[in-house]
Amino acid sequence: MSTVIKVENLSKQYRLGTVGASTFKEDTNRWWARMRGKEDPYLKLGEENNRTIKNDSNFVWSLKDINFDVQQGDILGVVGRNGAGKSTLLKILSKVTAPTTGSVKVKGRIASLLEVGTGFHPELTGRENIYLNGAILGMRKHEITRKLDEIIAFAGVEKYVDTPVKRYSSGMYVRLAFAVAAHLESEILIVDEVLAVGDVEFQQKCLGKMGDVSKGEGRTILFVSHNIPAIKTLCTSAIFLENGILSLNSSVDSVLRKYATSNSIEKRDIKLDLHKYENELIKVVSASIYTPDDNINSLITLTHEIFLKFEILNKTKDNFLSIGFDIKTVRDEVVFGSGSVFEFLDDTLTVTCKIPSNFLNSDIYNIDFYIHTKFMKQICYYQNMLTFEIHENARNNGYLGKINGFIRCNLEWIYNK
Amino acid sequence: MENNWTTIITPKNKWYKLNFKEIWDYRDLISIFVKRDIISIYKQTILGPIWFLLGPLFTVFTYTFLFSEIAHLSTDGLPGPLFYLGGTTLWNYFQACFNGASSTFSANAGIFGKVYFPRLVTPISLMISNLLKLGFQFLTYVGFLIYYHQHNDKLHFHVEMLYLVPFIILILAIIAMGSGIIISSLTSKYRDLTMIVGIGMMLFMYATPIMYPVSAIPILYKPYLYLNPISPLIEAFRFVFTGTGTFTLLQLIYSLIFGVFLLFTGIFVFNKTEKTFMDTV
Repeated sequence: MSTVIKVENLSKQYRLGTVGASTFKEDTNRWWARMRGKEDPYLKLGEENNRTIKNDSNFVWSLKDINFDVQQGDILGVVGRNGAGKSTLLKILSKVTAPTTGSVKVKGRIASLLEVGTGFHPELTGRENIYLNGAILGMRKHEITRKLDEIIAFAGVEKYVDTPVKRYSSGMYVRLAFAVAAHLESEILIVDEVLAVGDVEFQQKCLGKMGDVSKGEGRTILFVSHNIPAIKTLCTSAIFLENGILSLNSSVDSVLRKYATSNSIEKRDIKLDLHKYENELIKVVSASIYTPDDNINSLITLTHEIFLKFEILNKTKDNFLSIGFDIKTVRDEVVFGSGSVFEFLDDTLTVTCKIPSNFLNSDIYNIDFYIHTKFMKQICYYQNMLTFEIHENARNNGYLGKINGFIRCNLEWIYNK
Repeated sequence: MENNWTTIITPKNKWYKLNFKEIWDYRDLISIFVKRDIISIYKQTILGPIWFLLGPLFTVFTYTFLFSEIAHLSTDGLPGPLFYLGGTTLWNYFQACFNGASSTFSANAGIFGKVYFPRLVTPISLMISNLLKLGFQFLTYVGFLIYYHQHNDKLHFHVEMLYLVPFIILILAIIAMGSGIIISSLTSKYRDLTMIVGIGMMLFMYATPIMYPVSAIPILYKPYLYLNPISPLIEAFRFVFTGTGTFTLLQLIYSLIFGVFLLFTGIFVFNKTEKTFMDTV
């Protein structure tokens, strides 16, 4: 395997705010510093790019000291929250903008798909736009001619090739554009979330094509997406950007795990805020959600069994209490509720409920927790006491989009004679 | 360690790295851009390219009426329409090229922000696609020439100097592109210059012998007029087709050198700008 992309100490600084007299002053200072042979005074400034905190500085580092290599034939997934620097990185790699410091070394032609249909001209026909778009992406005319039929067939717009693209539906437009890009003969392909558009069938086609070009033709792909199943299934390695810093460069699994936990809104262990779940009759001493490997921080996936553990201090005189919970989606639809009557032999009691694996669909769930007396008099009702998320596993069949429904069982399918 | 990298992306271009080979690699894109520009201009119009003719015709008749009939400005003894049409044909080409090139960055920000190709491809294809318009206007000019040659004995058609015409147009394109891309680089961040350029182009037209011949200029001001590199081009163009106009070979060479100087300066600043203009445009 050889290294086809080598990113070294790559940084990109942006200036916030508008261009006007103040930027002119900065440019003058910069020029004056350069004339005296000094370093750019504004490169020392600038904070880590965290968009939620307001800083005094007008300069931010959208990327800071990024280093990584990509091997030939790899599909590198780039993940990170909005504003983490993913698009900036792709823009630098596709030479749309230059880095502030550092360098990127590349072996082979790069074709970038930061947007589908770049340069499409509404007045030109589908066929003319294939040539236009192909040429913009760096193809020669004879290459396009050779692949023309294949492109039209892939896009599925045979009937419309001689109609101006302004008459196209937006879906057809996207299909045509992706088809051109997918047939580029470049060694490296950069794809930025273009798959968010188009219908499911076409998304599948695109993902399939990406897998093919990498495995079959040994081409290297850089793929930015928020579609976790797609990254899990397609990518061979991944990097995780966090506020412009390369947070992890590792296997797809560990990167996605870190991404998910950094991004997490989960509340799986509430020992810390006990005071919140207490009244004169009852106290929830602890509550937690964990998986069989017993690591409170590990990701819960579809194939995990999930344990809900509650430790309750009983301040009533009743020995029998009914303990239960509802599992709700973030849209407040109750998926199911469960409960049972327990006998308190002591003041405190610990109970665990096991939710089987391959049962709940991948989603975020909130838990409402409640305790009643044997006669159904309510003692406590804590809304959204716990939150957990079930993550996708890599899939081996074709479809990589969201699977509908609350539950996600492994049902048996059999052949009928 | 192997280091046969094909591309190295760094913060700044070296000024001497004018990648002409890269532009050559994208020659198909130039031809497709030209085609796109031409198609998109007159798609969904009934008269199509005839519109290229109507504008200059109206201008020329207005000039004839105003400058020739009312103000009695010299036309070197030529019939008004013929005199003005020659000048405006060249000037329109120059202006179209200059305006197009000077908005390279601002007009193409959308596409430049998404995909890389040598940015110079855009102004180059513009020079070529504007030739079509020039061609149509030139045909009209030829029509007028034929008409007036039959009715006017004073006209001299210097066939032996016809070879000058492509050079005149080439030099004009070089000057337009050179100055255009300089302006486009300078205005990508600070737009103030755009305003000045608009006014400047208007004044520059009056400093070019389009509505008057060089021969009508007092001797005192002639040297200044000849500082304008476009003056000899227009005079030479008129000389070839109608036999009037004053120019020397030296002046044409001056125009060429001026143009080449502008072009290289332009490519130099353009090269510097194209790397980061996306952040400031």
